[in-house]
Amino acid sequence: MGIRFVVLVNKQGQTRLAQYYCDHMTVSERRALEAEIVRKCLARTDHQCSFVEHRNYKIVYRRYASLFFLVGVDNDENELAILEFIHLLVETLDRHFGNVCELDIMLHLEKAHFILEEMVMNGCIVETNKSSILAPIQLMDKAS
Amino acid sequence: MNPFSSGTRLRDMIRAIRACKTAAEERAVVRKECAAIRAAISENDQDYRHRNLAKLMFIHMLGYPTHFGQMECLKLIASAGFPEKRIGYLGLMLLLDERQEVLMLVTNSLKQDLNHSNQYIVGLALCALGNICSAEMARDLAPEVERLLHGRDPNIKKKAALCSIRIIRKVPDLAENFMGPAASLLKEKHHGVLIAGVQLCTDLCKANTDALEYLRKNCTEGLVRILKDVSNSPYAPEYDIAGITDPFLHIRVLRLMRMLGQEDADSSEYMNDILAQVATKTESNKNVGNAILYECVETIMGIEATSGLRVLAINILGRFLSNRDNNIRYVALNMLMKAITVDAQAVQRHRTTILECVKDSDASIRKRALELVFLLVNDGNVKPLAKELIDYLEVSDQEFKGDLTAKICSIVEKFSQEKLWYIDQMFKVLSLAGNYVKDDVWHALIVVISNAPDLQGYSVRSLYRALQTSYEQESLVRVAVWCIGEYGEMLVNNVGVLEVEEPMTVTESDAVDAVEVALKRHSSDMTTRAMSLIALLKLSSRFTPTSERIKEIVTQHKGSVALELQQRSIEFNSIIQRHQNIKSSLVERMPVLDEAAYLGKRAGSSQPTLSAEKSSKPTTSAASLKLPNGVAKPPAAPLVDLLDLSSDDAPVLPSAPNDFLNDLLGIGLPNSSSSGAAPSTTTDLLMDLLSIGTSPAQNGPSDSNVVPSSAKAAESKPAPVTAPVMDLLDGLPSNASPPRDENLVYPTITAFESSTLKIAFSFEKQPEKPQVTLISATFTNLSSSTLTNFIFQAAVPKFVQLHLDPASSSTLPANGNGTITQSLRVTNTQHGQKPLAMRVRMAYKFNDEDKLEQGQISNFPPGL
Repeated sequence: MGIRFVVLVNKQGQTRLAQYYCDHMTVSERRALEAEIVRKCLARTDHQCSFVEHRNYKIVYRRYASLFFLVGVDNDENELAILEFIHLLVETLDRHFGNVCELDIMLHLEKAHFILEEMVMNGCIVETNKSSILAPIQLMDKAS
Repeated sequence: MNPFSSGTRLRDMIRAIRACKTAAEERAVVRKECAAIRAAISENDQDYRHRNLAKLMFIHMLGYPTHFGQMECLKLIASAGFPEKRIGYLGLMLLLDERQEVLMLVTNSLKQDLNHSNQYIVGLALCALGNICSAEMARDLAPEVERLLHGRDPNIKKKAALCSIRIIRKVPDLAENFMGPAASLLKEKHHGVLIAGVQLCTDLCKANTDALEYLRKNCTEGLVRILKDVSNSPYAPEYDIAGITDPFLHIRVLRLMRMLGQEDADSSEYMNDILAQVATKTESNKNVGNAILYECVETIMGIEATSGLRVLAINILGRFLSNRDNNIRYVALNMLMKAITVDAQAVQRHRTTILECVKDSDASIRKRALELVFLLVNDGNVKPLAKELIDYLEVSDQEFKGDLTAKICSIVEKFSQEKLWYIDQMFKVLSLAGNYVKDDVWHALIVVISNAPDLQGYSVRSLYRALQTSYEQESLVRVAVWCIGEYGEMLVNNVGVLEVEEPMTVTESDAVDAVEVALKRHSSDMTTRAMSLIALLKLSSRFTPTSERIKEIVTQHKGSVALELQQRSIEFNSIIQRHQNIKSSLVERMPVLDEAAYLGKRAGSSQPTLSAEKSSKPTTSAASLKLPNGVAKPPAAPLVDLLDLSSDDAPVLPSAPNDFLNDLLGIGLPNSSSSGAAPSTTTDLLMDLLSIGTSPAQNGPSDSNVVPSSAKAAESKPAPVTAPVMDLLDGLPSNASPPRDENLVYPTITAFESSTLKIAFSFEKQPEKPQVTLISATFTNLSSSTLTNFIFQAAVPKFVQLHLDPASSSTLPANGNGTITQSLRVTNTQHGQKPLAMRVRMAYKFNDEDKLEQGQISNFPPGL
């Protein structure tokens, strides 16, 4: 089924963006899961591989400066492709915000969500063309 | 007011939250904000609705409850403007889930928006539906989505396709409606539509076989064309990633090809060429190229590919495996797991590299590699592989040792061809990681040792040697202590020395030292200590010169706070002091444990705790003889486990009465039953000794004239107990247990009695079904007015099954002038282990008033 969740955390492990697909969890379950995977992923060093198995998920993670992008996927998902997808997400955010940083995402949380929504829906990839992804968001900015 | 430059207040809130130094401060800020938002909601504040929702999303992300904002989402969705709708739908997806009732209210808005003239609003509705729709909504809105699939706008089409995935996942019956549209999506040019279409097709294939057949027939060609186009396409800036055009589309197409080509030679043949092209031409110096190669290899392995293509795929994996990038190595290991079913030989060639990966510093890689090695082991390579793994065990990380130990043990058990090798490997594992060895594993080891008379000497000496360096490994200590107790003289006299052994001299007191250390170590747990006490008792008869010293050690535990140790100590002390004449026969070596029975039992139950297994064994009737002298309490559990080893191996006879005794006697004196000789007292003592741990307070020895051959006849009467045996029974209540009732007649009991009602239970049991009891309940009205609408209900613990037959009437005449009868059938699945218990509830009308009475029945006669 592909992507189960996308979580963005900072170096301190605070969640900055989170979207879950398919299986809904209660707020406390989600908090617990985030805490566990953050602890596992942040403890790893750079030369270790970018995949961590946790419960029935596989977490593919990638670090950009002080931000960690964690993507939970099914066991039969292509891990390398997900790494590439994370990069695409970061590039898209970059193009929109211009050198995106943690604060941009916090203060424009809804926009970050809109961008992610244009890219992933119900765990499937919607679009990989950055211009197409950003078109509706830019249109909206212009209108307001 | 611009709704998307979220206003200063959102910024202020985020700042305030970030400024918090403690979690408590943060909670306070959030609580204040939530209160303000609630107030705004109840005032139906229009202007700040979107901003409040944006705040709520932030609060939700931090992990606080935000359910009170759900209705706000619905209001925003219902409003006319795009920005309001946008944030409303976002809130809907984040704050709600499909289980919530509120969701039903949104169906109508969704339907309107799906038919909206503005494509962006349609897109929003599709996106929301695709993320959260429930089965009911899927049924309601499927026609709309299907219609949108035929539309013109690619942005809508792609979202409609993904939305369809959710719909068919929720309602698989709808799959056939989407087959045609899905196939036609693959003819599009727009990449977004293509990738969504391919994903929809993949899901349709999973959902039903008709769809799979349909797509196989209609789409294989189109897929090959898409893949050809995209892999040969000239530079396309918007889709380019490191020189490859749209790798995501590549990967999804390859994945769908795998579904279509699986077990289908025709379509597989059609794909061969393009797969070969992708596998050879894709650049592998970047991650993205490798992602495609990885998917391509998986597809080649999954379909009916030509052998040449398979060789190509295996070679790519070989290259991956030797790559220095850990990510690539990880996926290679992952892939080899799947390849092993296709071409085991090819995977075996990489064995050395895979073994290296087990020792990697990266936990993810280690885990994958270990699982792969486990699959690679066969009769031919088990020895070198096991050696490698055991060598690595010594240096591996603490957190990895558990997994590693379990895998090694299972490999060694599964593939061992000779006992000596098995024993050697197990000893190594025990001394390196004994604390990680599961109980059933070392139990099995003991069974094997007991069955290998020519290796017992070797075993006890090896264990003695290992013990000197590895006292901290609990399981090793237990096995060693058991062996020293049983085969101590082989240790001292060097019996059965193998050629490979180094000569060694151990004195009797050295052996006692070893056991004493195990007994007195602080880290030793109850089981180990109890085992040590038994070993000492055994040694005291074998090494007569040390007997005095052993007596002292045993005596020290008379004051142990652990009841089990204290009791053992007192009993053993009494044996040593007063029964020198029978001691030697009493502590004879354990009879050979039945290997087949133990292994069968172990395979039958995956639970490692033997006590749990015991409870599932219906033939043990010992518990019916249970006496309440406290030994059966939970603290004794490890002991039960421990001596279980000795009793479980006993051949299980058909469940005749007293079969427990039979079992024990059967192994205790295998020959005596044929000779028919009168039993010696020692037999009884042995029984008693064994029963201390297993069947608490089973009063076996009181039947001092139990003859093995007579046990079948079940004539054992409680007879006067001979004096020396009585000593052993110090501390046990002297009343003999009631003999098991052969005719299965049980007294009638008063199960319940109140001022108005009396219930009597009488019991009936068929001898061939000891678990099943037929209870007939008789209800009598003690009051002076008639009870009407009488209903009797009963509840039983989980291990009991209850069947209630209808009652004879629902009216109960006053003053006991008539009764209602009702029969119950209970099946006690733990018959002999746990007594029956029941809760009852009686509802009736008394003077036109509803009454309810309840009670618990715990006075069932024993043995039910």
